[in-house]
Amino acid sequence: MILAQLEGQPLVRWDWIADHLDDIWVATKEHLVLTGIALGVGLILSVALSMVAIRFRRTYTPITWITGILYTIPSLALFSILVPITGLTVLTAEIGLVSYTLLILIRNIVAGIDGVDPAIKEAAIGMGYTPRRVLLQVEVPLALPVIIAGLRIASVTTIGLVTVAALIGKGGLGFFILQGLRRFFTTEIVVGAVMSVALAVAIDVLLVVAQRALTPWARAKATV
Amino acid sequence: MNDAMIRLEHVSKTFPGSATDAVSDLSFEVPEGEILVLVGPSGCGKTTTLKMINRIIEPSSGVIWVAGVNAIETQPHELRRQIGYVIQQTGLFPHRTIAQNIATVPKLLGWERPRISARVEELIDLVGLDSDMANRYPGELSGGQQQRVGVARGLAADPPVLLMDEPFGAVDPIVRTRLQLELLDLQARVRKTIVFVTHDIDEAIQLGDRVAILNVGGVLEQIGTPEDILRVPANDFVAEFLGTDRGLKRLSLIKIHTVDLDPGPVVAPGTSLEEARAAAARYDVDWVGVGSPGRLDGWLHLAEVESAGQVTAADLRPFRSRINTSATLKEALDAIISTRAKVAAVFDGDHYLGMLTAERISAEITQ
Repeated sequence: MILAQLEGQPLVRWDWIADHLDDIWVATKEHLVLTGIALGVGLILSVALSMVAIRFRRTYTPITWITGILYTIPSLALFSILVPITGLTVLTAEIGLVSYTLLILIRNIVAGIDGVDPAIKEAAIGMGYTPRRVLLQVEVPLALPVIIAGLRIASVTTIGLVTVAALIGKGGLGFFILQGLRRFFTTEIVVGAVMSVALAVAIDVLLVVAQRALTPWARAKATV
Repeated sequence: MNDAMIRLEHVSKTFPGSATDAVSDLSFEVPEGEILVLVGPSGCGKTTTLKMINRIIEPSSGVIWVAGVNAIETQPHELRRQIGYVIQQTGLFPHRTIAQNIATVPKLLGWERPRISARVEELIDLVGLDSDMANRYPGELSGGQQQRVGVARGLAADPPVLLMDEPFGAVDPIVRTRLQLELLDLQARVRKTIVFVTHDIDEAIQLGDRVAILNVGGVLEQIGTPEDILRVPANDFVAEFLGTDRGLKRLSLIKIHTVDLDPGPVVAPGTSLEEARAAAARYDVDWVGVGSPGRLDGWLHLAEVESAGQVTAADLRPFRSRINTSATLKEALDAIISTRAKVAAVFDGDHYLGMLTAERISAEITQ
Protein backbone atom coordinates (compact mmCIF):
# COMPACT_ATOMS: atom_id res chain seq x y z
CA MET A 1 0.00 0.00 0.00
CA ILE A 2 2.75 2.37 1.00
CA LEU A 3 4.78 1.38 -2.01
CA ALA A 4 1.83 2.15 -4.23
CA GLN A 5 1.63 5.60 -2.68
CA LEU A 6 5.33 6.18 -3.19
CA GLU A 7 5.34 5.11 -6.80
CA GLY A 8 5.86 7.81 -9.33
CA GLN A 9 7.30 10.14 -6.73
CA PRO A 10 11.04 10.96 -6.64
CA LEU A 11 12.90 10.14 -3.39
CA VAL A 12 13.83 13.77 -2.88
CA ARG A 13 11.96 16.72 -4.30
CA TRP A 14 14.49 19.53 -4.32
CA ASP A 15 11.87 22.17 -4.99
CA TRP A 16 10.17 21.27 -1.71
CA ILE A 17 13.47 21.66 0.12
CA ALA A 18 14.08 25.02 -1.53
CA ASP A 19 10.62 26.18 -0.46
CA HIS A 20 11.10 25.02 3.14
CA LEU A 21 14.64 26.16 3.95
CA ASP A 22 13.30 28.41 6.71
CA ASP A 23 11.36 25.56 8.32
CA ILE A 24 14.37 23.27 8.11
CA TRP A 25 16.54 25.94 9.73
CA VAL A 26 14.05 26.48 12.57
CA ALA A 27 13.72 22.74 13.17
CA THR A 28 17.50 22.29 13.14
CA LYS A 29 17.86 25.06 15.72
CA GLU A 30 15.15 23.50 17.85
CA HIS A 31 16.91 20.14 17.56
CA LEU A 32 20.16 21.69 18.67
CA VAL A 33 18.60 23.49 21.60
CA LEU A 34 16.81 20.35 22.79
CA THR A 35 20.04 18.37 22.51
CA GLY A 36 22.08 21.09 24.19
CA ILE A 37 19.73 21.39 27.15
CA ALA A 38 19.61 17.61 27.55
CA LEU A 39 23.40 17.28 27.50
CA GLY A 40 23.95 20.31 29.73
CA VAL A 41 21.43 19.29 32.37
CA GLY A 42 22.46 15.65 32.03
CA LEU A 43 26.11 16.57 32.58
CA ILE A 44 25.36 18.68 35.65
CA LEU A 45 23.25 15.93 37.20
CA SER A 46 25.80 13.27 36.27
CA VAL A 47 28.69 15.21 37.75
CA ALA A 48 26.73 15.66 40.98
CA LEU A 49 25.72 12.01 41.14
CA SER A 50 29.25 10.87 40.23
CA MET A 51 30.70 12.94 43.05
CA VAL A 52 28.29 11.27 45.44
CA ALA A 53 29.20 7.86 44.03
CA ILE A 54 32.94 8.54 44.34
CA ARG A 55 32.69 9.97 47.82
CA PHE A 56 30.32 7.31 49.07
CA ARG A 57 31.26 4.18 47.20
CA ARG A 58 28.24 2.22 48.34
CA THR A 59 25.91 4.54 46.46
CA TYR A 60 27.48 3.72 43.10
CA THR A 61 25.59 0.46 42.59
CA PRO A 62 22.12 1.92 43.37
CA ILE A 63 22.90 4.98 41.21
CA THR A 64 23.82 2.86 38.18
CA TRP A 65 20.89 0.61 38.91
CA ILE A 66 18.35 3.45 38.84
CA THR A 67 19.87 5.26 35.86
CA GLY A 68 20.12 1.87 34.19
CA ILE A 69 16.39 1.36 34.54
CA LEU A 70 15.77 4.85 33.14
CA TYR A 71 18.03 3.99 30.24
CA THR A 72 16.11 0.83 29.40
CA ILE A 73 12.58 2.32 29.41
CA PRO A 74 11.58 2.64 25.76
CA SER A 75 11.48 6.32 24.88
CA LEU A 76 7.99 6.10 23.42
CA ALA A 77 6.69 4.58 26.64
CA LEU A 78 8.45 7.19 28.76
CA PHE A 79 6.97 10.07 26.81
CA SER A 80 3.46 8.60 27.01
CA ILE A 81 3.79 8.16 30.76
CA LEU A 82 4.96 11.76 31.20
CA VAL A 83 2.47 13.54 28.93
CA PRO A 84 -0.47 13.23 31.38
CA ILE A 85 1.73 14.75 34.08
CA THR A 86 3.81 17.41 32.35
CA GLY A 87 1.87 17.82 29.13
CA LEU A 88 3.14 18.32 25.59
CA THR A 89 5.96 20.54 26.76
CA VAL A 90 9.73 20.93 26.38
CA LEU A 91 9.91 19.75 30.00
CA THR A 92 8.42 16.40 29.03
CA ALA A 93 10.87 16.02 26.19
CA GLU A 94 13.82 17.00 28.35
CA ILE A 95 12.92 14.70 31.23
CA GLY A 96 13.14 11.84 28.79
CA LEU A 97 16.25 13.06 27.01
CA VAL A 98 18.15 13.85 30.20
CA SER A 99 17.32 10.45 31.72
CA TYR A 100 18.97 8.70 28.82
CA THR A 101 22.26 10.61 29.21
CA LEU A 102 22.72 9.85 32.91
CA LEU A 103 23.89 6.25 32.80
CA ILE A 104 26.39 6.89 30.01
CA LEU A 105 27.82 10.01 31.59
CA ILE A 106 27.99 8.74 35.17
CA ARG A 107 29.66 5.51 34.09
CA ASN A 108 32.31 7.42 32.17
CA ILE A 109 32.94 10.04 34.83
CA VAL A 110 33.40 7.45 37.56
CA ALA A 111 35.47 5.15 35.34
CA GLY A 112 37.61 8.10 34.23
CA ILE A 113 38.34 9.19 37.77
CA ASP A 114 38.88 5.62 38.99
CA GLY A 115 41.33 5.17 36.14
CA VAL A 116 43.69 7.86 37.39
CA ASP A 117 47.00 6.28 38.45
CA PRO A 118 47.01 5.95 42.27
CA ALA A 119 50.66 7.02 42.32
CA ILE A 120 49.66 10.37 40.83
CA LYS A 121 46.99 10.86 43.47
CA GLU A 122 49.39 9.87 46.21
CA ALA A 123 52.01 12.30 44.95
CA ALA A 124 49.40 15.07 44.90
CA ILE A 125 48.33 14.32 48.47
CA GLY A 126 51.95 13.96 49.55
CA MET A 127 52.75 17.43 48.24
CA GLY A 128 49.96 18.99 50.26
CA TYR A 129 46.96 19.01 47.91
CA THR A 130 43.65 19.14 49.74
CA PRO A 131 41.11 16.47 48.65
CA ARG A 132 39.22 19.16 46.70
CA ARG A 133 42.34 20.17 44.79
CA VAL A 134 43.18 16.54 44.08
CA LEU A 135 39.74 16.13 42.52
CA LEU A 136 39.59 19.37 40.55
CA GLN A 137 43.21 19.78 39.52
CA VAL A 138 44.33 16.20 39.12
CA GLU A 139 41.53 13.67 38.85
CA VAL A 140 39.07 15.57 36.66
CA PRO A 141 41.65 16.81 34.13
CA LEU A 142 43.11 13.33 33.84
CA ALA A 143 39.67 11.76 33.48
CA LEU A 144 38.72 14.22 30.74
CA PRO A 145 39.38 11.92 27.76
CA VAL A 146 37.09 9.25 29.24
CA ILE A 147 34.47 11.83 30.26
CA ILE A 148 34.43 13.36 26.79
CA ALA A 149 34.17 9.90 25.27
CA GLY A 150 30.98 9.50 27.32
CA LEU A 151 29.74 12.89 26.21
CA ARG A 152 30.21 11.87 22.58
CA ILE A 153 28.11 8.72 23.00
CA ALA A 154 25.49 10.67 24.96
CA SER A 155 25.27 13.40 22.30
CA VAL A 156 24.77 10.95 19.44
CA THR A 157 22.14 9.07 21.46
CA THR A 158 20.35 12.29 22.37
CA ILE A 159 20.24 13.60 18.80
CA GLY A 160 18.61 10.36 17.75
CA LEU A 161 16.12 10.47 20.60
CA VAL A 162 15.08 14.06 19.93
CA THR A 163 13.45 12.85 16.72
CA VAL A 164 11.23 10.56 18.80
CA ALA A 165 10.14 13.55 20.88
CA ALA A 166 8.44 14.75 17.67
CA LEU A 167 5.55 12.58 18.82
CA ILE A 168 4.84 15.07 21.59
CA GLY A 169 5.42 17.97 19.27
CA LYS A 170 8.94 18.81 20.50
CA GLY A 171 11.07 16.91 18.07
CA GLY A 172 13.16 19.34 16.06
CA LEU A 173 14.03 17.58 12.83
CA GLY A 174 11.96 14.61 13.95
CA PHE A 175 8.93 16.67 12.94
CA PHE A 176 9.83 16.17 9.24
CA ILE A 177 10.29 12.45 9.65
CA LEU A 178 6.91 12.14 11.39
CA GLN A 179 5.20 14.33 8.79
CA GLY A 180 6.85 12.40 6.00
CA LEU A 181 5.62 9.11 7.40
CA ARG A 182 2.09 10.41 7.84
CA ARG A 183 1.92 11.85 4.34
CA PHE A 184 4.07 9.18 2.64
CA PHE A 185 6.35 11.98 1.50
CA THR A 186 9.92 10.71 1.33
CA THR A 187 11.55 14.09 0.87
CA GLU A 188 10.63 15.10 4.40
CA ILE A 189 11.84 11.79 5.84
CA VAL A 190 15.16 12.17 4.06
CA VAL A 191 15.56 15.78 5.17
CA GLY A 192 14.86 14.87 8.81
CA ALA A 193 17.17 11.86 8.79
CA VAL A 194 20.05 13.42 6.87
CA MET A 195 19.98 16.61 8.90
CA SER A 196 20.00 14.80 12.24
CA VAL A 197 22.86 12.58 11.12
CA ALA A 198 24.74 15.68 9.96
CA LEU A 199 24.06 17.28 13.33
CA ALA A 200 25.34 14.22 15.18
CA VAL A 201 28.50 14.16 13.10
CA ALA A 202 29.04 17.90 13.58
CA ILE A 203 28.69 17.70 17.36
CA ASP A 204 30.96 14.66 17.50
CA VAL A 205 33.63 16.47 15.52
CA LEU A 206 33.24 19.47 17.80
CA LEU A 207 33.73 17.31 20.89
CA VAL A 208 36.81 15.64 19.40
CA VAL A 209 38.29 19.05 18.65
CA ALA A 210 37.45 20.20 22.17
CA GLN A 211 39.11 17.14 23.65
CA ARG A 212 42.27 17.67 21.64
CA ALA A 213 42.39 21.28 22.77
CA LEU A 214 41.77 20.40 26.42
CA THR A 215 44.19 17.48 26.64
CA PRO A 216 47.34 18.41 24.71
CA TRP A 217 49.30 16.14 27.05
CA ALA A 218 47.45 13.04 25.85
CA ARG A 219 48.63 13.70 22.31
CA ALA A 220 52.17 14.43 23.45
CA LYS A 221 52.27 11.00 25.02
CA ALA A 222 51.02 9.31 21.87
CA THR A 223 53.88 10.72 19.80
CA VAL A 224 56.61 9.13 21.90
CA MET B 1 62.45 20.04 71.40
CA ASN B 2 65.86 18.86 70.21
CA ASP B 3 68.13 19.35 67.26
CA ALA B 4 67.02 16.27 65.29
CA MET B 5 65.17 17.26 62.13
CA ILE B 6 62.98 14.16 62.26
CA ARG B 7 62.24 12.23 65.40
CA LEU B 8 60.00 9.21 65.89
CA GLU B 9 59.01 8.31 69.44
CA HIS B 10 57.49 4.88 70.06
CA VAL B 11 55.58 4.94 66.81
CA SER B 12 53.32 1.98 66.04
CA LYS B 13 50.93 1.25 63.23
CA THR B 14 48.33 -1.47 63.08
CA PHE B 15 46.17 -1.51 59.99
CA PRO B 16 42.46 -2.15 60.58
CA GLY B 17 41.63 -5.82 60.25
CA SER B 18 45.24 -6.89 60.71
CA ALA B 19 46.23 -8.95 63.72
CA THR B 20 49.89 -7.96 63.60
CA ASP B 21 51.61 -4.59 63.71
CA ALA B 22 52.93 -3.12 60.46
CA VAL B 23 55.28 -1.03 62.57
CA SER B 24 55.84 -1.66 66.25
CA ASP B 25 57.27 0.74 68.80
CA LEU B 26 59.71 2.36 66.41
CA SER B 27 61.95 5.16 67.64
CA PHE B 28 64.77 6.85 65.80
CA GLU B 29 65.91 10.31 64.86
CA VAL B 30 67.50 11.89 61.82
CA PRO B 31 69.84 14.83 62.42
CA GLU B 32 69.72 17.77 60.07
CA GLY B 33 71.52 17.19 56.77
CA GLU B 34 71.68 13.41 57.10
CA ILE B 35 70.50 10.74 54.69
CA LEU B 36 68.89 7.92 56.66
CA VAL B 37 68.05 4.87 54.57
CA LEU B 38 65.28 2.55 55.76
CA VAL B 39 65.94 -0.89 54.36
CA GLY B 40 64.49 -4.34 54.91
CA PRO B 41 62.55 -7.17 53.31
CA SER B 42 59.00 -6.66 52.10
CA GLY B 43 56.54 -6.39 54.95
CA CYS B 44 59.10 -4.70 57.19
CA GLY B 45 57.07 -1.50 57.33
CA LYS B 46 59.71 0.75 55.77
CA THR B 47 57.29 2.46 53.39
CA THR B 48 54.63 2.63 56.11
CA THR B 49 57.17 4.33 58.36
CA LEU B 50 58.05 6.84 55.64
CA LYS B 51 54.40 7.61 54.93
CA MET B 52 53.70 8.22 58.60
CA ILE B 53 56.23 11.05 58.56
CA ASN B 54 54.08 13.02 56.11
CA ARG B 55 50.92 11.42 57.46
CA ILE B 56 49.75 9.78 54.28
CA ILE B 57 49.38 6.97 56.81
CA GLU B 58 48.29 7.94 60.31
CA PRO B 59 50.27 6.30 63.13
CA SER B 60 48.20 4.26 65.60
CA SER B 61 50.31 5.55 68.47
CA GLY B 62 53.48 7.46 69.16
CA VAL B 63 54.74 10.91 68.32
CA ILE B 64 56.52 12.20 65.22
CA TRP B 65 58.46 15.47 65.19
CA VAL B 66 59.40 17.16 61.95
CA ALA B 67 61.56 20.29 62.11
CA GLY B 68 60.64 20.82 65.74
CA VAL B 69 56.90 20.59 65.07
CA ASN B 70 54.64 17.82 66.27
CA ALA B 71 53.50 16.35 62.97
CA ILE B 72 50.47 14.69 64.51
CA GLU B 73 49.09 18.05 65.61
CA THR B 74 49.70 19.83 62.30
CA GLN B 75 47.16 20.11 59.48
CA PRO B 76 48.25 17.29 57.14
CA HIS B 77 48.33 19.39 53.97
CA GLU B 78 50.23 22.18 55.74
CA LEU B 79 52.75 19.66 57.04
CA ARG B 80 53.20 18.06 53.61
CA ARG B 81 54.01 21.35 51.91
CA GLN B 82 57.09 21.54 54.19
CA ILE B 83 58.22 18.05 53.21
CA GLY B 84 59.52 17.09 49.78
CA TYR B 85 58.07 13.80 48.55
CA VAL B 86 59.53 11.64 45.79
CA ILE B 87 58.00 8.27 44.92
CA GLN B 88 58.89 5.30 42.76
CA GLN B 89 56.41 5.70 39.92
CA THR B 90 57.34 9.40 39.94
CA GLY B 91 53.68 10.42 40.35
CA LEU B 92 54.34 13.25 37.91
CA PHE B 93 51.19 14.97 36.68
CA PRO B 94 50.90 13.79 33.05
CA HIS B 95 48.65 16.75 32.18
CA ARG B 96 51.15 19.35 33.35
CA THR B 97 54.43 20.33 31.74
CA ILE B 98 57.75 19.66 33.42
CA ALA B 99 57.92 23.29 34.56
CA GLN B 100 54.37 23.16 35.93
CA ASN B 101 55.11 19.88 37.70
CA ILE B 102 58.16 21.34 39.42
CA ALA B 103 56.19 24.46 40.34
CA THR B 104 53.50 22.45 42.17
CA VAL B 105 54.40 23.16 45.79
CA PRO B 106 55.65 26.74 45.28
CA LYS B 107 52.27 27.45 43.67
CA LEU B 108 50.44 25.88 46.61
CA LEU B 109 52.48 28.08 48.91
CA GLY B 110 51.42 31.14 46.92
CA TRP B 111 54.80 32.24 45.60
CA GLU B 112 54.92 35.14 43.15
CA ARG B 113 55.11 34.07 39.52
CA PRO B 114 58.62 35.45 38.76
CA ARG B 115 59.98 33.72 41.85
CA ILE B 116 58.42 30.42 40.75
CA SER B 117 59.83 30.55 37.24
CA ALA B 118 63.28 31.48 38.52
CA ARG B 119 63.15 28.57 40.94
CA VAL B 120 61.97 26.15 38.24
CA GLU B 121 64.84 27.16 35.99
CA GLU B 122 67.30 26.72 38.84
CA LEU B 123 65.99 23.24 39.64
CA ILE B 124 65.93 22.02 36.05
CA ASP B 125 69.58 22.95 35.94
CA LEU B 126 70.31 21.49 39.40
CA VAL B 127 69.03 18.01 38.54
CA GLY B 128 70.82 18.05 35.19
CA LEU B 129 67.93 18.39 32.75
CA ASP B 130 67.92 20.46 29.56
CA SER B 131 66.09 23.74 29.89
CA ASP B 132 64.22 23.04 26.66
CA MET B 133 62.41 20.22 28.47
CA ALA B 134 60.55 22.72 30.63
CA ASN B 135 57.56 22.88 28.32
CA ARG B 136 57.31 19.19 27.52
CA TYR B 137 54.96 16.75 29.17
CA PRO B 138 56.21 13.90 31.40
CA GLY B 139 55.05 11.33 28.83
CA GLU B 140 57.71 12.63 26.45
CA LEU B 141 60.59 11.95 28.85
CA SER B 142 62.56 8.77 29.60
CA GLY B 143 62.20 7.03 32.95
CA GLY B 144 65.46 8.47 34.25
CA GLN B 145 64.53 11.99 33.16
CA GLN B 146 61.12 11.65 34.80
CA GLN B 147 62.76 10.60 38.03
CA ARG B 148 65.00 13.68 37.92
CA VAL B 149 61.89 15.81 37.49
CA GLY B 150 60.42 13.99 40.50
CA VAL B 151 63.45 14.95 42.58
CA ALA B 152 63.33 18.54 41.32
CA ARG B 153 59.64 18.72 42.23
CA GLY B 154 60.41 17.38 45.71
CA LEU B 155 63.03 20.06 46.22
CA ALA B 156 61.03 22.90 44.65
CA ALA B 157 59.95 24.80 47.74
CA ASP B 158 63.32 24.17 49.38
CA PRO B 159 61.84 22.00 52.16
CA PRO B 160 64.15 21.06 55.02
CA VAL B 161 63.04 17.44 54.74
CA LEU B 162 62.85 15.12 51.74
CA LEU B 163 61.10 11.74 51.82
CA MET B 164 62.05 9.35 49.04
CA ASP B 165 60.11 6.12 48.58
CA GLU B 166 62.15 3.73 46.39
CA PRO B 167 62.66 6.57 43.92
CA PHE B 168 65.06 4.63 41.73
CA GLY B 169 63.27 1.28 41.91
CA ALA B 170 61.66 1.45 38.48
CA VAL B 171 64.63 2.48 36.35
CA ASP B 172 67.22 0.19 34.78
CA PRO B 173 70.44 -0.55 36.71
CA ILE B 174 72.67 1.76 34.66
CA VAL B 175 70.36 4.74 35.08
CA ARG B 176 69.86 3.83 38.74
CA THR B 177 73.58 3.95 39.45
CA ARG B 178 73.80 7.32 37.74
CA LEU B 179 70.81 8.70 39.64
CA GLN B 180 72.32 7.50 42.92
CA LEU B 181 75.58 9.31 42.22
CA GLU B 182 73.65 12.40 41.17
CA LEU B 183 71.65 12.30 44.39
CA LEU B 184 74.84 12.23 46.47
CA ASP B 185 76.26 15.05 44.41
CA LEU B 186 73.04 17.02 44.83
CA GLN B 187 72.95 16.33 48.57
CA ALA B 188 76.50 17.68 48.92
CA ARG B 189 75.10 20.98 47.64
CA VAL B 190 71.62 21.18 49.18
CA ARG B 191 72.19 19.41 52.52
CA LYS B 192 68.62 18.20 53.09
CA THR B 193 67.49 15.85 55.78
CA ILE B 194 66.50 12.82 53.73
CA VAL B 195 64.68 9.64 54.65
CA PHE B 196 65.13 7.18 51.83
CA VAL B 197 63.35 3.84 51.53
CA THR B 198 64.76 0.94 49.54
CA HIS B 199 64.77 -2.85 49.60
CA ASP B 200 68.24 -2.89 48.03
CA ILE B 201 70.99 -3.16 50.63
CA ASP B 202 73.63 -2.02 48.15
CA GLU B 203 71.67 1.14 47.47
CA ALA B 204 71.32 1.66 51.23
CA ILE B 205 75.07 1.30 51.76
CA GLN B 206 75.83 3.55 48.82
CA LEU B 207 73.51 6.40 49.83
CA GLY B 208 73.04 6.29 53.58
CA ASP B 209 74.95 8.37 56.08
CA ARG B 210 73.20 5.94 58.35
CA VAL B 211 71.15 2.86 57.58
CA ALA B 212 68.23 1.50 59.59
CA ILE B 213 67.57 -2.18 59.01
CA LEU B 214 63.97 -3.17 59.68
CA ASN B 215 62.55 -6.64 60.12
CA VAL B 216 59.03 -7.86 59.33
CA GLY B 217 56.51 -6.09 61.53
CA GLY B 218 58.47 -2.87 61.60
CA VAL B 219 61.04 -3.99 64.16
CA LEU B 220 64.25 -1.98 64.11
CA GLU B 221 67.12 -4.49 64.11
CA GLN B 222 70.04 -2.11 63.76
CA ILE B 223 70.73 1.52 62.95
CA GLY B 224 74.16 2.93 62.28
CA THR B 225 76.65 3.97 59.64
CA PRO B 226 77.04 1.49 56.78
CA GLU B 227 80.63 0.95 57.91
CA ASP B 228 79.59 0.05 61.47
CA ILE B 229 76.75 -2.20 60.38
CA LEU B 230 78.95 -4.09 57.94
CA ARG B 231 81.75 -4.44 60.46
CA VAL B 232 79.58 -5.53 63.37
CA PRO B 233 76.09 -6.74 62.41
CA ALA B 234 73.88 -6.64 65.50
CA ASN B 235 72.41 -10.11 64.97
CA ASP B 236 71.94 -13.00 62.58
CA PHE B 237 69.06 -11.30 60.77
CA VAL B 238 71.19 -8.28 59.94
CA ALA B 239 74.15 -10.46 58.96
CA GLU B 240 71.96 -12.50 56.67
CA PHE B 241 70.32 -9.44 55.18
CA LEU B 242 73.71 -7.89 54.46
CA GLY B 243 74.63 -10.99 52.49
CA THR B 244 77.67 -13.22 52.30
CA ASP B 245 79.80 -10.56 50.59
CA ARG B 246 79.89 -8.24 53.60
CA GLY B 247 83.67 -7.84 53.31
CA LEU B 248 83.40 -6.79 49.66
CA LYS B 249 80.62 -4.35 50.54
CA ARG B 250 82.88 -2.79 53.14
CA LEU B 251 85.58 -2.39 50.53
CA SER B 252 83.20 -0.30 48.48
CA LEU B 253 82.98 2.16 51.38
CA ILE B 254 86.72 2.66 51.84
CA LYS B 255 88.51 5.14 49.59
CA ILE B 256 92.03 4.31 48.48
CA HIS B 257 93.44 7.59 49.79
CA THR B 258 92.55 6.57 53.36
CA VAL B 259 94.89 3.57 53.36
CA ASP B 260 98.67 3.23 53.26
CA LEU B 261 100.14 2.23 49.91
CA ASP B 262 103.16 0.07 49.11
CA PRO B 263 105.91 1.68 47.04
CA GLY B 264 105.81 -1.42 44.78
CA PRO B 265 108.63 -3.10 42.85
CA VAL B 266 109.53 0.10 41.07
CA VAL B 267 113.07 0.77 39.89
CA ALA B 268 114.70 3.57 37.91
CA PRO B 269 116.04 3.07 34.37
CA GLY B 270 119.62 1.86 34.48
CA THR B 271 119.10 -0.27 37.60
CA SER B 272 121.15 -3.45 37.56
CA LEU B 273 119.68 -6.89 36.95
CA GLU B 274 120.51 -7.92 40.52
CA GLU B 275 118.58 -5.07 42.09
CA ALA B 276 115.67 -5.56 39.72
CA ARG B 277 115.49 -9.23 40.70
CA ALA B 278 115.55 -8.32 44.38
CA ALA B 279 112.78 -5.74 43.95
CA ALA B 280 110.56 -8.24 42.11
CA ALA B 281 111.24 -10.92 44.73
CA ARG B 282 110.04 -8.62 47.53
CA TYR B 283 106.60 -8.65 45.95
CA ASP B 284 106.78 -12.18 44.65
CA VAL B 285 106.27 -11.08 41.03
CA ASP B 286 108.20 -11.70 37.79
CA TRP B 287 108.26 -8.08 36.63
CA VAL B 288 109.42 -4.63 37.71
CA GLY B 289 107.82 -1.21 37.37
CA VAL B 290 109.99 1.44 35.75
CA GLY B 291 109.89 5.04 36.92
CA SER B 292 111.17 7.60 39.35
CA PRO B 293 109.66 9.16 42.49
CA GLY B 294 106.14 10.35 41.58
CA ARG B 295 106.34 8.70 38.16
CA LEU B 296 105.53 5.25 36.87
CA ASP B 297 106.17 4.89 33.18
CA GLY B 298 105.44 1.20 32.64
CA TRP B 299 106.76 -2.23 33.41
CA LEU B 300 109.15 -4.93 32.09
CA HIS B 301 109.25 -8.69 32.47
CA LEU B 302 112.29 -9.85 34.43
CA ALA B 303 113.15 -11.94 31.37
CA GLU B 304 113.40 -8.74 29.35
CA VAL B 305 115.65 -7.17 31.99
CA GLU B 306 117.80 -10.31 31.90
CA SER B 307 118.27 -10.21 28.16
CA ALA B 308 119.08 -6.47 28.24
CA GLY B 309 121.39 -6.92 31.25
CA GLN B 310 119.85 -3.96 33.04
CA VAL B 311 116.59 -2.00 33.34
CA THR B 312 115.98 0.04 30.20
CA ALA B 313 113.63 2.94 29.64
CA ALA B 314 112.62 1.68 26.22
CA ASP B 315 109.87 -0.78 25.20
CA LEU B 316 107.96 -0.42 28.48
CA ARG B 317 104.56 -2.05 28.77
CA PRO B 318 101.83 0.22 30.09
CA PHE B 319 100.05 -0.57 33.36
CA ARG B 320 96.49 -1.66 32.74
CA SER B 321 95.68 -1.70 36.44
CA ARG B 322 95.99 2.07 36.90
CA ILE B 323 93.50 3.40 39.40
CA ASN B 324 92.76 6.82 40.84
CA THR B 325 93.25 7.52 44.51
CA SER B 326 89.61 8.66 44.81
CA ALA B 327 88.38 5.16 43.85
CA THR B 328 87.35 2.58 46.44
CA LEU B 329 89.21 -0.48 47.64
CA LYS B 330 86.59 -2.56 45.86
CA GLU B 331 87.56 -1.01 42.54
CA ALA B 332 91.24 -1.48 43.42
CA LEU B 333 90.61 -5.15 44.16
CA ASP B 334 88.85 -5.48 40.85
CA ALA B 335 91.89 -3.98 39.11
CA ILE B 336 94.16 -6.39 40.96
CA ILE B 337 92.28 -9.54 40.07
CA SER B 338 91.57 -8.47 36.49
CA THR B 339 95.22 -8.20 35.44
CA ARG B 340 98.23 -10.46 35.58
CA ALA B 341 100.25 -7.92 37.55
CA LYS B 342 98.53 -8.81 40.87
CA VAL B 343 98.83 -5.16 41.96
CA ALA B 344 96.90 -1.96 41.36
CA ALA B 345 99.00 1.10 40.53
CA VAL B 346 97.48 4.11 42.29
CA PHE B 347 97.71 7.55 40.75
CA ASP B 348 96.52 11.00 41.63
CA GLY B 349 96.10 12.32 38.12
CA ASP B 350 99.52 11.56 36.56
CA HIS B 351 101.30 11.48 39.88
CA TYR B 352 102.23 7.94 40.96
CA LEU B 353 101.44 7.29 44.61
CA GLY B 354 102.12 3.61 45.17
CA MET B 355 100.63 0.17 44.78
CA LEU B 356 97.91 -1.89 46.39
CA THR B 357 98.04 -5.65 46.69
CA ALA B 358 95.30 -8.12 47.63
CA GLU B 359 97.12 -8.80 50.92
CA ARG B 360 97.20 -5.10 51.75
CA ILE B 361 93.43 -4.81 51.11
CA SER B 362 92.63 -7.91 53.08
CA ALA B 363 94.65 -6.53 56.01
CA GLU B 364 92.62 -3.33 55.82
CA ILE B 365 89.26 -5.00 56.55
CA THR B 366 90.46 -7.57 59.05
CA GLN B 367 92.40 -5.16 61.22
